[in-house]
Amino acid sequence: MRSAFTFCLGLFLSSSSALAQAGYLQLPQTVSAGAAWSLPTHGAGQGVLYIVGPGQVLKRTFRLGDTLAFSPGELYNAGHYTAFLVSPSATESTDFDVTAATQPESISFLAKPSRLPVSLQNGISGVAYLFDTFQNLMMNPVEVSFQLFETGGAVQERTVTARNGVAWVRMNSASRAGIAQFRASAGKVTEKRVVQQVPGDPCSLRMTAHLAGRRIALETEPVRDCSGNPVPDGTVVTFTESYHDMETTVDVPIKRGVARIEMPANNGAVISVATGVVLGNTIKWEGGK
Amino acid sequence: MSRNRNLSRKLLPPVCALVTVLLGSGFQQPSVRVEPAGSVGPRTMEKQTQTAVIRDYLLAWQCLSDALRQNRPELVDANFVGVAQQKLTGTIREQKKLGIQTVYQDRSHDISLVFYSPDGLSIELLDTVEYEVQIRDGEKLQGTQNIRSRYLAVLTPTEVRWKVRVLQAEPQQENTSGLRDGTWTGQHSASPLHPISNAGGSR
Repeated sequence: MRSAFTFCLGLFLSSSSALAQAGYLQLPQTVSAGAAWSLPTHGAGQGVLYIVGPGQVLKRTFRLGDTLAFSPGELYNAGHYTAFLVSPSATESTDFDVTAATQPESISFLAKPSRLPVSLQNGISGVAYLFDTFQNLMMNPVEVSFQLFETGGAVQERTVTARNGVAWVRMNSASRAGIAQFRASAGKVTEKRVVQQVPGDPCSLRMTAHLAGRRIALETEPVRDCSGNPVPDGTVVTFTESYHDMETTVDVPIKRGVARIEMPANNGAVISVATGVVLGNTIKWEGGK
Repeated sequence: MSRNRNLSRKLLPPVCALVTVLLGSGFQQPSVRVEPAGSVGPRTMEKQTQTAVIRDYLLAWQCLSDALRQNRPELVDANFVGVAQQKLTGTIREQKKLGIQTVYQDRSHDISLVFYSPDGLSIELLDTVEYEVQIRDGEKLQGTQNIRSRYLAVLTPTEVRWKVRVLQAEPQQENTSGLRDGTWTGQHSASPLHPISNAGGSR
């Protein structure tokens, strides 16, 4: 019984001694993406080091006891890695992290929509994902500045701290129609997008009538939205003439800001005008009086 | 009745073969827990969207595992896009060049959806994954490591499914795998992990 115990103790000590002789992996807990770093090893004989992760794999054959040097840019994809050191006596493994750089090098910026009506509350959204030079998502908090440069020089600006690599913002569209530039900036990087702000729906509608030969010439005043922006050409205006039991309807696209049409001159006819959900004035034709 | 029996006889061999292949390959469903998505913003997430995103994300892990095990970069295209696709494809090409294979077996996922963009064009999730990674050089198994790490994934909608655009592990303050500097694991050993509870569905 005693000899058996001695044998087991001897076996345990001998195996511990084998472990102690093996080269230990002394990896840093984190390595910066793309940075140069080194890994001292211990022991004797030939060893193979594997560094594996979904983002990258490396394999190095070396002499145990040497210091392994990794040049800049060799390990550049951020993430979690496992290092396996295979020596003649044992295999060791440990894991470590490769971290993204602290300054962004590129912004993936999504601005939506690219075209929208003026004076829309929270109508524009901007989402910015921040990446370092190796296309690693930057997970540390970084301030992102969103700016919307409107036609006429007005600027809306918001600063947001990115969390988990993303920052987002909502902004109002301007009251003046035109091209607006939407920018996202972080560190030295700026990304620009163009947002076209178009006039909203017509706000009011008014027409005038006069005799043109044997017909009535109808013409609207310049059609504008509620912010005073001219409604785009092509917007349809509907003229309706009611005379006894007869009704004549004509759809006319706006040209150069106004809609024009000639209709039969019937004494006692009632003429109305509308566009979208806006109803304009009504004229009762009394022969031009 | 006899027709049914004939059908069973015809179907049995392929089913058995499939079961054998699955058992032989150590196929194992990971346990999945999903945090309630109530606080995800800024866009409100519909239940169907959440289900689809989780399903496609878990499929992406399966795809990652298959592609890295078989060294087939073309498998990546089905579930990855953009940066994630490029990086994963690059890893597989490098593996082929070095003559190595890695086997990733995900054991559990603890997923929380953290961001749904206002335009609906991206979803970000955090996933604490427990998985095993094996390294094979040629035909020889060189080592195995059990890992617990938190991954951040950005998914974007494509024609028919959500695809992973970014898949990146967060740096850990503490190594939670239980194996740190100088720990000898042996060629076939695996460190014990404490499995998380399976409160959600599994794929």
